[in-house]
Amino acid sequence: MSLNDLIFLLPEIILATGASLLLIAPVTGLRDSISAKWAMIALLIITAGSLLACSWAVPGMEQTAGFARMFALDAFSIFFKLLFLFVVAIVVLLSDDFLRESRYSTWEYYSLLGFALCGMMFMASGVHLATIYIGLELLSLSSYILAGYYKNEQKSTEAAMKYFVLGAVSSAILLYGISLIYGVCGTLNLLDIARALSTVVSNDALMFGVILLACGLCFKIAAAPFHVWTPDVYEGAPTPITAFLSTGSKAAAFAIFVRIFYVALPGFHLDWSMVLATVAALSMIVGNLAAITQESVKRLLAYSSIAHAGYVLMGIVAMNVMGLRGVLVYSFVYVFANLGIWSIVLMMKRHEYAGEKVSDFEGLHSRSPFWAFSMFVFLLSLGGIPPTAGFIGKYFLFYAAVQAGFGWLAIIAVLMSAVSMFYYLRIVVAMYLRDGKEADVTASGALKFVAAVCVVATIVFGVVPNDLIDQVSSSAKGLHNKGAVTRNATR
Amino acid sequence: MLETAPSTDAYLMLSGTLFAVGLIGVVIRRNMITVLMAIELMLNAVNINLVAFSHRLGSLEGQVFTIFVITVAAGEAAVGLAIIIQLYRLKSTINVDEARMLNG
Repeated sequence: MSLNDLIFLLPEIILATGASLLLIAPVTGLRDSISAKWAMIALLIITAGSLLACSWAVPGMEQTAGFARMFALDAFSIFFKLLFLFVVAIVVLLSDDFLRESRYSTWEYYSLLGFALCGMMFMASGVHLATIYIGLELLSLSSYILAGYYKNEQKSTEAAMKYFVLGAVSSAILLYGISLIYGVCGTLNLLDIARALSTVVSNDALMFGVILLACGLCFKIAAAPFHVWTPDVYEGAPTPITAFLSTGSKAAAFAIFVRIFYVALPGFHLDWSMVLATVAALSMIVGNLAAITQESVKRLLAYSSIAHAGYVLMGIVAMNVMGLRGVLVYSFVYVFANLGIWSIVLMMKRHEYAGEKVSDFEGLHSRSPFWAFSMFVFLLSLGGIPPTAGFIGKYFLFYAAVQAGFGWLAIIAVLMSAVSMFYYLRIVVAMYLRDGKEADVTASGALKFVAAVCVVATIVFGVVPNDLIDQVSSSAKGLHNKGAVTRNATR
Repeated sequence: MLETAPSTDAYLMLSGTLFAVGLIGVVIRRNMITVLMAIELMLNAVNINLVAFSHRLGSLEGQVFTIFVITVAAGEAAVGLAIIIQLYRLKSTINVDEARMLNG
């Protein structure tokens, strides 16, 4: 391992060391002198600092990926890593109340969050199927435990069990796909796979491998028909963890989805694009229609997140610059809207599972108008209504689909967005037009801070999206150029 | 690139069969421990595939990856068994069908 390799990996090394220290802190004297929350926040800040420092150093180096070309620190991965760091920092703030009032240990909780973050960062940087797989498993194993963190609640344990069984099976399917791709291409490196594929004509083993790989990935992003675990896990898991699963872990899965399909398989686009387009259409239809009848806010948002996976898949199916930018923009704006909604849900909640019905939102406007307005903004953003940031994301994705000749997919997406407004507005109607029960909002400073940050970001990025679009364009550039080169070589 | 030596073919058939047995086991078995074992079968099918390809291609990459897969499978079994124990403490059963508080 050379010094250069170390620069590529320094943020992850710091994070993994820090998470391990958090794990052993309770048995040392540290437990009493500092709080777990501040230790975790300090760790996140140090990691972010080292990430920025390393990203400054990398462009001057001659190689583009470290560790035998397994690990890249390019603009694309830095974009996603900063997003993940932000998500985990917000989740730490959201978790504060929940950990204080429950009897569960805090140090292990933050340590697991740290390991999950480390896995996500590996996924964003992986340019080798082995790196991507290890990152994915590090994220998944931490998530299974976190989903079952209310270990004395049946619901939470059951959620962990379902998540574990289906997650492990999907990992096995993904791996089988990887093994077949390895057999045909003779390598696990994404760039080498692209190079090998430019000389190989499409064959059954390869096609089967790509389909299995796509099945495994679709499970991780919760796209229909691989979505059955989502509502159950989102409902049973502790709410801050639901927030984490629906934003961070989903965005990480999108990152590897994009990286694998744009870098390794562009020469193979015609074969897989129809399969993924069908999955995208199915996710939008199933997710949005099933969400209409849900009474639990957590289940409603779970189904809406299935639909959102469908929208993002459009950007991957489109396979053009617009689509790539769309995936990045959408992951970004979706994180803010979703974390904002979860912070409001947590404000409504009084003890472990209360405050999660749509009816609990009745009369929120008369009790606390600002938080009702924030919720309204987040829901508009998820629905993709213009003054909010969600519109920018949808605009990119729909435009990309039309540009790539998937007009029918864009039409389904627009129709289903209209359907989604119906159930988002159900919550709005409950907040503004119904009379509330006496239930009050118990907001701590941290929750208020999160909601305020998210509402400001959602509006600001919706009104002046230029900076975001510029940033995303430069982050997406490296990835798409590589894809374009291999595709031209194929023709 | 496609024509496979007979030996590799045999390994692929073995691993395909193992994988199918594992997948069917996950779907039809109701005992959590058996489900966990079926998942291990699927992972081992992948390992056979990787090693067979690695031998045929003469590249070590597949074998190294296999070691990673085995390591992760061990971690997965540990987490899975912990969840099963917790489920047993709460419900006194490890039957998958009994877990239906969340109906989805």
